[in-house]
Amino acid sequence: MAESDIALMAHLMRRAGFGATRDELEAYVAKGYEATVDELVHPERQPDVDFDLMERSLPEYGELAGIESNQQSWVYRMVNTKRPLQEKMTLFWHGILCTGFAKIDYGRMMSIYADLFRRKGLGNYRELIMELSSHPTMVYYLDNTDNHKDAINENYGRELLELFTLGVGMDGNFNYTEDDVKAASRAFTGWSVNPALPVFPYGRSPWSFRFDPTDHDDSEKTFLGKTGRWNGGDIVNMAVEQPATARFISRHLYNFFVADEPQVPAWKDTPPRDPEAIQILEKAFVDSGYEMSEVMSTLFNSDFFKNARFQKVKSPAEVVAGTIRLVKDHQQVKPGLFPVMKECTFMGQDLLNPPTVEGWHTGREWIDSGTLVERINFVADQVGNLDLPGVQLIASRMTGDNSITSPEAFVDGCLSLIGPVEVSEKTKEALVEHAKGGGEIRRGTEEERSSFARRVGEMLQLIVATAEYQYN
Amino acid sequence: MMAGNGKDRVLVVLSLSGGNDFLNTVVPYTNPLYQDYRPTLGIPEDQVLRINDEVGFHPSMTELKGIYDQGKMAVIQGVGYPHPSRSHFRSMDIWHTCEPDTIGQEGWLGRTIKEMDPNADNVLTGVNFGRGLPRALVAPGVPVASVGNIETYGLLTGIEGNQQRTDALDVFSRMYAPAIGSGPVMDYIWETGRSALKGADILQTAPQKYASNVEYGSSPIAQGMKAIAQVHFAEFGTRILYTTSPYNSFDTHASQAGAHAQLWRQVSESVADFYEDLREHNQGDEVLLFMFSEFGRRARDNGGGTDHGTGGACWIIGDHVNGGLYGEYPSLNQGDLEDGGDLMHNVDFRSVYTTILEKWLGMDAKPLVGGSYEPMGFL
Repeated sequence: MAESDIALMAHLMRRAGFGATRDELEAYVAKGYEATVDELVHPERQPDVDFDLMERSLPEYGELAGIESNQQSWVYRMVNTKRPLQEKMTLFWHGILCTGFAKIDYGRMMSIYADLFRRKGLGNYRELIMELSSHPTMVYYLDNTDNHKDAINENYGRELLELFTLGVGMDGNFNYTEDDVKAASRAFTGWSVNPALPVFPYGRSPWSFRFDPTDHDDSEKTFLGKTGRWNGGDIVNMAVEQPATARFISRHLYNFFVADEPQVPAWKDTPPRDPEAIQILEKAFVDSGYEMSEVMSTLFNSDFFKNARFQKVKSPAEVVAGTIRLVKDHQQVKPGLFPVMKECTFMGQDLLNPPTVEGWHTGREWIDSGTLVERINFVADQVGNLDLPGVQLIASRMTGDNSITSPEAFVDGCLSLIGPVEVSEKTKEALVEHAKGGGEIRRGTEEERSSFARRVGEMLQLIVATAEYQYN
Repeated sequence: MMAGNGKDRVLVVLSLSGGNDFLNTVVPYTNPLYQDYRPTLGIPEDQVLRINDEVGFHPSMTELKGIYDQGKMAVIQGVGYPHPSRSHFRSMDIWHTCEPDTIGQEGWLGRTIKEMDPNADNVLTGVNFGRGLPRALVAPGVPVASVGNIETYGLLTGIEGNQQRTDALDVFSRMYAPAIGSGPVMDYIWETGRSALKGADILQTAPQKYASNVEYGSSPIAQGMKAIAQVHFAEFGTRILYTTSPYNSFDTHASQAGAHAQLWRQVSESVADFYEDLREHNQGDEVLLFMFSEFGRRARDNGGGTDHGTGGACWIIGDHVNGGLYGEYPSLNQGDLEDGGDLMHNVDFRSVYTTILEKWLGMDAKPLVGGSYEPMGFL
């Protein structure tokens, strides 16, 4: 099997999911690239994670207010799902259509919220935004519970336009006015929650959406140049159809799945890194009537995607779930998932609890001197542990490859099996130098084979410590 | 600002995570409403460590009472901020960022470190003891080491064997050496890696350099204070040292009586040991300790514990502190309680920060806390 096919498939699986082991990559390559993309965008063809055991092992999940078991169950899904793109889309939308535990203070509601993206994330964007607007978690998070006929609260009306659909501006111009924000906010009056406030401190029954027609401003409004007695749903429809929305969502998709872009507030004035790619995505978005599965299929099959290797800094969730998948740990419910989940938090991504409604700052902003140490040490501890089945798989492939006789080939073999990862000359030299220091490569006796496996583990630890490995 | 011995002044912060129950920490033991509100958790008058005829400390705060009696501890009563949030995350974020109305990204101490060391010449100007960085310490371009365990802190700590690890770190420093033409993000990661390695190299010498007759306890709070002492004595130029009690440990919704007593025993002993250590090393003059919690708890107990409330307390300890009680004790009268059940704050926490920044660190507090707040008299 050609290394270039493996490398391309590894790229696809890192971006459309949380990576894959070499065995899995080979199976995908045998199936073919386009067929794999087709499988990814149709998660319903694969079985869902067996969630019953997980839920029973974490009784808090169903009953209490805490967030930790909800975060754990999400990491468990990322690690074990056979529908990797479904989980990746959930993470994608979670970082854009943000609500957070800090305000919601009810962990179960956050899981119910993430389920929206699991159900609709690869479906129709218009339907997604429609359901978002009436999702009790969002309604409460952005204060639409305080948005009344006689006293509007503009929080949801504004963020719907600024962060969920049009974006502030594009090509140097603003996409909407303050009057549009007010009109949108008036249209959403009366969109509230049952009960109106969370039951403090333990909200035990999920909230539900409630439309109160007596609190709804049914008068005429002018939104984006159109006048009518608009209700919230009309605003969603008009916002979704704006060309600015196609641009905004395409840039988000590019930033998350293809290559790091500047942070969102810069998008009004900063043109896309690859304008042609954005045009292709915009067209797929509009032509399909906002069907995300078709947009994603276009994206993954495009050359701009295939060529954008290692153009993104891994997010903490990608580091953690990707590593656990690689080493094949936690493939069933067992103790020890809590500290694994907490690693996401230590690396700067407290799942289900983004810092603000603007989500996490991505790209290089994931890295600081504290988080870099957390990343490197966590991953190195995993890949250096020869008791883990995924590490054993790499070690046994290395042991079985008789073409590996030189330090160079040893380093290349490890770089290939853990990725393939591409590294700079400087990095490669340092790794080869280290491999040379380990002495001659021998696998004749049982003792030599075990020492060889240890050297593989050490080399993997150094590879995951490289700057290159921090990229996806 | 220099201390009397010519050394830079240092701020140590101990965050009491989870929302400390103010009412059972500084106990208004003669107020009849107190026992009414606390049928289960009320501390009997004869057990309170009396400060005056109205209030006294929790019985397990023996050592802190000793420090108070020496006039080296200020207790700020009824601290908070307008429109309080009863969410741990949100309220802690407000204390961290000084932004109660909008959601802020930068921490007040991150900004302080940036002001002290604008070019990040010392990667250890600020050090956090714990996993993950509290937002108080976050600011763009400010490197802050986050030390889980000072004895084992460093890069690639999982590699077994001293020689193997030394070799690995040697490879690391070669791989992270500056190089041309790799782009700004790669350059940034390399630079960050070098900072982390440099910080770790320096920090790991602290435990070896350290010698003391003080024996700290085994609780995480005690170990955090010991690590702070080690790094401070090692003279790396660290000015801000931060640690947090175990995550949400003060969140005593249930079984509060035992848990709260144990936590304060740990805090009390650890802080006393820390000051003993400072005295032994003749360095008490340059260190100020600040302790706070994100909110107080509900006035009425819930039968076994207390739920999230608002007004709380904070503590400032050090040789330069004008000891005593500051701020008014919040009224317990039903009509004065916030939203019907919580203690009203009467001191804004940003006044406390302003006092520390201006009078201890000699800095202009206004840009660091986001506004002008009246400094207090505890320094």
